[in-house]
Amino acid sequence: MDPFVTSIIVFVLAIFVGFEVITKVPSTLHTPLMSGSNAISGITIVGALLCSFSPTFASFGVILGFLAIVFATINVVGGYVVTDRMLRMFKQKKG
Amino acid sequence: MWTQALTKPDILNLVYLLAAVLFIFGLKQLSAVKTARRGNFISSAGMLMATVATFFFISGGQWISLIWVFIAVLIGAGIGLYLALKIEMTGMPQMVALLNGFGGIASLLVACGDFARTPAEHGSWDSLLATGLATLIGGVTFTGSLIAYGKLQGVKWAPDKPVQFGGQKALIFAMLVGSLIVSALIAARPEDAISNGFFLVLIALVALTLGVLLVIGIGGADMPVVVSLLNSYSGLAAAMAGFVLNNSALIITGSLVGASGLILTTIMCKAMNRSLMNVLFGGVGGAAAGHAAAGAQGTHREFSIEDATIVLDAAQRVMIVPGYGMAVAQAQHAVKELAQELDRRGITVNYAIHPVAGRMPGHMNVLLAEAGVPYDQLLDLDQSNAELEHTDVALVIGANDVTNPAARTDASSPLYGMPILNVDMARNVFVIKRSMNPGFAGIQNELYFKENCGMVFGDAKKVVSGLSAELADQ
Repeated sequence: MDPFVTSIIVFVLAIFVGFEVITKVPSTLHTPLMSGSNAISGITIVGALLCSFSPTFASFGVILGFLAIVFATINVVGGYVVTDRMLRMFKQKKG
Repeated sequence: MWTQALTKPDILNLVYLLAAVLFIFGLKQLSAVKTARRGNFISSAGMLMATVATFFFISGGQWISLIWVFIAVLIGAGIGLYLALKIEMTGMPQMVALLNGFGGIASLLVACGDFARTPAEHGSWDSLLATGLATLIGGVTFTGSLIAYGKLQGVKWAPDKPVQFGGQKALIFAMLVGSLIVSALIAARPEDAISNGFFLVLIALVALTLGVLLVIGIGGADMPVVVSLLNSYSGLAAAMAGFVLNNSALIITGSLVGASGLILTTIMCKAMNRSLMNVLFGGVGGAAAGHAAAGAQGTHREFSIEDATIVLDAAQRVMIVPGYGMAVAQAQHAVKELAQELDRRGITVNYAIHPVAGRMPGHMNVLLAEAGVPYDQLLDLDQSNAELEHTDVALVIGANDVTNPAARTDASSPLYGMPILNVDMARNVFVIKRSMNPGFAGIQNELYFKENCGMVFGDAKKVVSGLSAELADQ
């Protein structure tokens, strides 16, 4: 099968999984959901790492890859840490 | 053949699959407050795995480029940590807006970087089409989010009011269609790397402009929709970057985030009873400034803090209705203290949270959680309305349009049909507000002229603290 077709299949199925899972998130947690999904969209770091790999160092692509790693890492680290900070605050009533 | 050993890329892809499973599992755990923190942790473990595995995969390359990878990760982690630890809870909408934007620009850079790195290898039309789309969506997400950030932060270059000009909508559509056509052109002639490079730069520039045009025309109170939508875009951009690299990790994760943002966008639009098109191009909150306030007129009753305290003290059930005004006044801690004071007197206190209260989905919940309000006291729209009928005092703090009964009764009101919190059903209503100025949408609130409604004028934080102090004295 053409890799493109495989990718489309993965894309469509993942969207359905996303809808199923995220519909169940209560409104109380909508902000942590957003910051948490910011964190996982930092998965672009993987793409950035793959791009930064170059047999010839002095390439324009490597510079773009460098910047991409910076931005994606901000998302990953910032997203997870701020989500955890928020989730730590949610408390149930005692007793 | 089964005897054949797995190749290095195969192993990497299996690690990606495992990471994706952990992301999905982590999101699943977000369906309950109790498990949410663990879910976030599981998700981060998946991210660490995917990153480390990729790092070992590329480490066969030139040593010098690995140093740069380290430096880039350190810079990013430093900025990320700084932002995450320093941001105030009231600034959370800005933080999410920024992160949306960074996600978008990262995907743009990955797509363009991949193109710049290996233009000659770009033989396939589908990868090139994805490069164009990732650049388009990533660029729009980046500048759109920066403008949203500016509006939320209240800086000069991004006014809270919508900035619109004649032909804006037509221009936006022309730019959008134009960049789609250029993307198709790139895909149609894969062999022509030089003109494709030029086209790609063109798309990037158009996309960056488009993001500004799209968000600058939207008012501050519509930001919950905008932030959700840009969240969705940042996911889509990552998925497109995944198509460029044929990388399933990016495609799966990008789709999850895209779906998440889209769900939130839909919830926000429904909560305002408006279509996405109306939010994007309606320019609500702009024109009204020049006009006289529309809607109900009449006389209101003003209450002093002392008078309001007497009524509060006599109540058995109190419902606090927070809005953006509470966030602006940073009154969440004062609100919690008032609730404690009421609780000490055996008065039941709950909070009615409208989905679009504040500037982003769940904004009020986070602020009240910060102040230490137990989350089981926060009621959603349906729960609140069921409860409001038996409520003695509804205390509206900085919320306006989401409490306007005209949404139920007045077919000529712009708010008509919007699901609201029926605070007018409570026996008494107190509205804490700076003045009688109409709210964001420029619509005067019918509620203020109702018989059971009293206005307590002043800064939300001062009034709420005043109420607690007065109660404690009695």
